[in-house]
Amino acid sequence: MTYLENRIRHVPTGFRKVLHLNWPLILLLAAISCVGFLMLCSVAGGRIETWAEPQMKRFVVGMIGMFVVAFTPIWVWRSLSVPAYLACLLLLIAVEFFGSIGMGAQRWIELGPVRIQPSELMKIALVMLLAAYYDWLDIDKVSRPLWVAIPAALILLPTFLVLKQPDLGTAILLVAGGGLVMFLAGVSLWYFGTVLALVVALVFAVMESRGTEWQLLKDYQYKRIDTFLDPGSDPLGAGYNITQAQIALGSGGWAGKGYMQGTQSRLNFLPEKHTDFIFTTLAEEFGFVGAISLLSLYVLVLIFCYQSALATKDRFSSLLILGVGGTFFLFFMVNMGMVTGLMPVVGVPLPLVSYGGTAMIILLGAFGLVQSAHIHRPR
Amino acid sequence: MKRAERQILESHRRIGRRAMMLGGIQAALIGTLALRLQHLQLDQADQFRLLAEENAIKVRLIPPVRGLILDRRGTIVAGNEQNYRVTVIADDAGDLEAVLDRLARLIPLDPEDRARTIKEARRTPTLPVTVADRLTWEEFSRVAVNSPALPGITTEVGLSRNYPFGPDFAHVLGYVGPVSDYDLSRIEDPDPLLRIPRFQIGKLGVEAKLETLLRGKAGSRRVEVNAAGRVMRELGRKEGDPGANVQLTIDHRLQNFVQARLGDESAAAVVIDIQTGDIVAINSSPSFDPNLFVRGISSADYRALMENDHRPLADKTVQGAYPPGSTFKMITAMAALEAGVISPGETVYCPGYTTLGNRRFHCWRRGGHGEVSLTKSLEQSCDVYYYEIAQRVGIERIAEMARRMGIGTRFDLPMSAISEGLAPDREWKRAKYGTDWLIGDTLNTAIGQGFVLASPLQLAVMTARLASGKAITPRLVRAIDGVEQPVMQPGDLGVSDAVLRGVRKGMFEVSNSRRGTAYASRIVDDQMRMAGKTGTSQVRNITAAERARGVTSNKDLPWHRRDHALFVCFAPFDAPRYAVSVVVEHGGSGSAAAAPIARDILLQALYGGLPPLEAYPENQRAQIEEMRARLRLLPEEPAPSGGRSRA
Repeated sequence: MTYLENRIRHVPTGFRKVLHLNWPLILLLAAISCVGFLMLCSVAGGRIETWAEPQMKRFVVGMIGMFVVAFTPIWVWRSLSVPAYLACLLLLIAVEFFGSIGMGAQRWIELGPVRIQPSELMKIALVMLLAAYYDWLDIDKVSRPLWVAIPAALILLPTFLVLKQPDLGTAILLVAGGGLVMFLAGVSLWYFGTVLALVVALVFAVMESRGTEWQLLKDYQYKRIDTFLDPGSDPLGAGYNITQAQIALGSGGWAGKGYMQGTQSRLNFLPEKHTDFIFTTLAEEFGFVGAISLLSLYVLVLIFCYQSALATKDRFSSLLILGVGGTFFLFFMVNMGMVTGLMPVVGVPLPLVSYGGTAMIILLGAFGLVQSAHIHRPR
Repeated sequence: MKRAERQILESHRRIGRRAMMLGGIQAALIGTLALRLQHLQLDQADQFRLLAEENAIKVRLIPPVRGLILDRRGTIVAGNEQNYRVTVIADDAGDLEAVLDRLARLIPLDPEDRARTIKEARRTPTLPVTVADRLTWEEFSRVAVNSPALPGITTEVGLSRNYPFGPDFAHVLGYVGPVSDYDLSRIEDPDPLLRIPRFQIGKLGVEAKLETLLRGKAGSRRVEVNAAGRVMRELGRKEGDPGANVQLTIDHRLQNFVQARLGDESAAAVVIDIQTGDIVAINSSPSFDPNLFVRGISSADYRALMENDHRPLADKTVQGAYPPGSTFKMITAMAALEAGVISPGETVYCPGYTTLGNRRFHCWRRGGHGEVSLTKSLEQSCDVYYYEIAQRVGIERIAEMARRMGIGTRFDLPMSAISEGLAPDREWKRAKYGTDWLIGDTLNTAIGQGFVLASPLQLAVMTARLASGKAITPRLVRAIDGVEQPVMQPGDLGVSDAVLRGVRKGMFEVSNSRRGTAYASRIVDDQMRMAGKTGTSQVRNITAAERARGVTSNKDLPWHRRDHALFVCFAPFDAPRYAVSVVVEHGGSGSAAAAPIARDILLQALYGGLPPLEAYPENQRAQIEEMRARLRLLPEEPAPSGGRSRA
């Protein structure tokens, strides 16, 4: 079943596409990005040029990219999903050999003047590929073991490469993002139950293997688990970020201390205050009201994604939209869960708010796909 | 189309159902997150606000105590001394300039330091920056008493590096200095300690090479500070691990003697314990005081060191590579004997030169040596003998023997810029110059001239190897944190005893036969007989015209054009214990400039202190005594046994 088998009465062309964009979604993304600029300005002590300005430039680039992606028909993207996946896979392998090291992991690759993080691209390429796969697959075969094994392998291949970098956060996001599409495509719940059970068993094995010769994780990863379970256990070392993040969050109270008045963030307690831990500054300066407002913006993005996905009859489009939305959800959920102490610190940025070029541009590009699916939906 | 229609509907229905389930899960997670935020920000807000606003908890790093460096007797040769200093944290000081002005009224604070402090403090406003150090106790207490008027200023007692033997160990140990941006850029994953302004790390020598061992691990203390940044109380403390103590194989008393004996010459000396490979002394001269660098050397002092033509900053023992001159002849002889192209008894006639094509290669003695055997060739250092046997044996075997003796090997010692030396062969020359090896090159190499290069360390190793017949490797670190480092059992050199005996006999005659080139530097103590070899290596070409006029004496040449003087030796002859190499740059001749120094060092090592005058030839004793009186040595040790130290 392909897009063209849908009974298409009309698809907007040319400038008419602008009218059919999902404008509320665009405004939401822009609003969230503006929150990001504001916060980046605050953590830089009021200086725009440190982080906010480069971030704005990337936002503009990302927005242009989003429109370009959006105006390209969705069937073009569908046919590009396999090459995109393979290209990302090659880049991931290239990172193994030619990548540069940052923050203790090999993640970056230089392509001419641009530095890209192939693992970020892969998150989207994987969702695209799986959506195309389930679009192509006969709907009755979805739960057959062989047809489940293929997407599983497609997920695990890049995951393995990312784990080697090592980047646990991205690996988890890849598995969760891929699993999400499989779940939406209707793969039997038994598979998910089994995997969940296996994960529980694996966690058990990981914890038991600690200190023995066949220790499964690196020491710093165990330390993160330790500090997750009890941040107070090592408040000077690994738990320091979490303890300080929680003091920042908690001291914000109902309405916060006011813009640029956060004492915790000013004291340079957080080495990643402009990236992974930026939410703490927001929560400190704008309080519970600010934090819940940002959360609401994120939830609204999700809701518009659901609405758009359920409105289209094209299977690739719905899966893609929900997949992108789901990845977006994973981003902010894991990040916020991490800084509030609900989850271990795995190093996931707050989408559209944290400082970081690749993540911003790729995320906006991904929403370009959502827009393309929205514009070109069969009607 | 019908089937597709059904599939579309089915797909739509299924996705809808699953999307509902997913939405439910997501809603639950978001709800949890919202509840968590409510818990932290509303329920516990007061508690956190207290923590954040009234008091701030800060973490301060406690720099670890740098490991000591000891000599083989356990005497500290690089230690730490108490250092009173004043630091400032810019954020806590408020008006930094005003605070420094007030401080300047209490202690002397020169404008240069003041400017540096302001620059550093502004760059790292939350970290303590050293304002002044090496204060006297009075100055220190004056600041401490007035601390309420000096926000952000803290008095600290720290430790700083101290080298009690100053110049004696300057080249081996190197020195420490503050971390520079260049240092940081070279290290892949810098220890947070290195970010502390003015934290000191090893810059050179053992201090640099064993930096990770010596540095230790930082501790940290968690302190509660009030709004002004003053520490109210300490909440927790995690002591760091001090750096490891490193014991070297060097004997500080011998090291001191060697340094004094080399005096102002531009020279290097290495003493190796033949049984273990331990380097018991390794000196480069002239030296400098490493303590100057720790304190921050003045530009005038630094310029003086840089401009000195005797290059005090260079470590000539391992960095210097010299043409070994006649000290290389043992290698040529061993290569030839091993190949069987000559036997120890066979003689070569020396008319004073060898003709090769239309070129003449001269022996150092114009009239020639007549019939020369192996023993005589070493004893009188006949060049023609080596021209002859080198032609017979060829460069490849000579180069191979040189490598076996350690020339061309970079020994793995924790010292800076260790030179590899050079044992040249055909392949090397082709790779380097793209030209073929000439017989003339072989002749030059045979007498240690031309391309061949060796460092004083390699010469000492060579001597130790041929004295023992074992492939001894030099060792500098004896123990780390009290744990003895294993002595590598040296493998056999693979040179037959007969060959070694023949060469050693020649070396014995050098300093024990009346006609030997180093007869004047003999040891007369029968238990301590020395075998050696002189070397004089040219640093200029002698033209035919010059030779016709009569070779200019070294005395009449400017210093930098004089020959290098070399001497290698070992003793006692019957049971070799120490090997010594001495190189005196532009010293003139090996027998006059290097041999007496090497002999004195060897005796000092053998007796474990000043040797009795009876060890010297009778007619030299008065002169030796006079020379000793001039040397600035460490005060005599109150030796418990009085006997020789075998530490």
